[in-house]
Amino acid sequence: MEAISCRSLRVSFGTTEVLRGVSLEVPKGGWTTVVGPNGSGKTTLLRTIAGLQASQGLIQIDGHSLGAYSRREIAKQIAIVPQQPVIPHGMKALDYVLLGRTSHLGFFETEKRQDIEKARAALDELDVRFAESRTMGTLSGGEIQRVVVARALTQGSPVLLLDEPTTALDIGHQQEMLEAVDGLRRRLNLTVLATMHDLTLAGQYADALILLERGEVVASGTPQEVLTEEQITQHYGASIKVIDDGFGPIVTPVRRGTNSPE
Amino acid sequence: MRSSSQVDDSEHYEGPAKLKIWWLVVAVLTAGIVVVLGLILGPASLGVREVLVEVLDRLPFIDTDSGLSAREQAIVWEIRLPRVVLGLLVGSMLATAGASYQGVFRNPLADPYLLGVAAGAGFGATVAIVSGLGDGIGTFDAVPMLAFAGALIAVTLTYLVGFSAGRIDPVTSLVLAGVAVASFFTAVQTFVQQRDSETIRQVYFFVLGQLRTAGWDEVLLVSPYVGACLLILLLLRRRLDVLGVGDEEAGSLGVDVRLVRLVAVLAASLGTAAVVAVSGLIGFVGIIVPHTIRLIFGFSYRIILPLTILFGGAFLVGADLVARLALEPAEIPIGVVTAFMGAPFFVLVLRTSRRL
Repeated sequence: MEAISCRSLRVSFGTTEVLRGVSLEVPKGGWTTVVGPNGSGKTTLLRTIAGLQASQGLIQIDGHSLGAYSRREIAKQIAIVPQQPVIPHGMKALDYVLLGRTSHLGFFETEKRQDIEKARAALDELDVRFAESRTMGTLSGGEIQRVVVARALTQGSPVLLLDEPTTALDIGHQQEMLEAVDGLRRRLNLTVLATMHDLTLAGQYADALILLERGEVVASGTPQEVLTEEQITQHYGASIKVIDDGFGPIVTPVRRGTNSPE
Repeated sequence: MRSSSQVDDSEHYEGPAKLKIWWLVVAVLTAGIVVVLGLILGPASLGVREVLVEVLDRLPFIDTDSGLSAREQAIVWEIRLPRVVLGLLVGSMLATAGASYQGVFRNPLADPYLLGVAAGAGFGATVAIVSGLGDGIGTFDAVPMLAFAGALIAVTLTYLVGFSAGRIDPVTSLVLAGVAVASFFTAVQTFVQQRDSETIRQVYFFVLGQLRTAGWDEVLLVSPYVGACLLILLLLRRRLDVLGVGDEEAGSLGVDVRLVRLVAVLAASLGTAAVVAVSGLIGFVGIIVPHTIRLIFGFSYRIILPLTILFGGAFLVGADLVARLALEPAEIPIGVVTAFMGAPFFVLVLRTSRRL
């Protein structure tokens, strides 16, 4: 069963076509990552699936057309962690996480006790409970990222979209973040669809990769099938080497002209 | 989930942003003190005890004698009390509308006149005064009626123009439309005003704002609008907090951003139009009060809105006292008092927000 399924998705900004007929399937409970060079349409694809961008084509969430859902119903199905979240001035971490309960509250309603418990449980899940009374502005980049994921988790949606979840983090925090998300996915049976720049990390944490270039899917499949020297060289214009150590392909840059072994 | 011991120690944390009861008590006491001062101070000085007993006496089932003469009773009931109550209504509405605009537009400098309410009301009032239809006194006088109509027409135009601009983001286009509509109405208002030199002084007084009343008429005129609009904005307090993460994220959290913005802007504009119709254009209240509350009490609209209602009313009644007493027996237009205090405050807010 597919958690997300897209057919011939098209998005244009003015005369520029950003997505040009994208079709993809994201299996339930799996982790799928979209990779591709800058400007290939990764973020637009995620925004479109989250119902934040008008598009042509068909998007189905859990077998139902996205267009039939209201904003509130979409939020109950899909939570998104944006690449650069807007952090409101002076807001404390617990209040920020509680924003995730919005889709469960009426138009004029405020949080109940159980909402606060859910928010605290999510902060616990991501090991940032200690920060709940701290202002967002005083947290480190890694802590902020965890609190943002906790907000998404508090939404209680079965599908989690992550837009470049690791760009602002160092290599240790990148691994911590991805491990945390993977743990949540397994425990709570979430479906994860992410975009990532780091191809090695992308391959290590996803069951399936989708390679996007200029708004079109040019390759998809397991990490081994997608992360080949030939495809990466062709679509990224990069000089790289792929090493397989048994845990997945390791993509490493090689300086041009020096990549021949002596 | 993880071990429950982590959840048990929740008392060590503050919990979500919440209005503390003692803040409310302070706000109510402040408003109470200012109201009493508003009743006892003036050309005829009255005793605190006598005035309080007089007010109690009018309550149902209480019968006492305040010892005030009939003339003094009339001063309390027909002159000072309606003026103080009008001050509370106008102050709380302007301050709350300002706070709501700042939330909806995510712009700390947004004020209740952002979308052309002031310019529209000024135009309506000027037409009424210049054409000799009204003198600005009484409920069904043409000045508040046309001012109200002018304000609503201006905001409606701003909304129509703002929504017809497709290319730029809705917040920017609405604010720019407000600037255009306000400029247009100000130009027409100035043109109408300059054609009749006899009434310039009267128009001028409207533009500067005043809380002079002829009794309870103005209070009755504006209180339904102010009551309904304040209630709606108060109920929207959580949604306004969600808008703090921006349109896109608020949308992804399940908020119909356009609907929330429409409801908030309509309520704030309608309430502002109603109070401007009777009080003229009193500036800065919508900026001074909410920002002071943000800096002292916190950034959540759950805190800001209830306190803004109370402190906004208290602030304007206080400013009106200064307006009445500073150059007694002459009266300074209250808009001059609020601007005089608002301008330095404005600089302060700018400086602190840069530091944060």
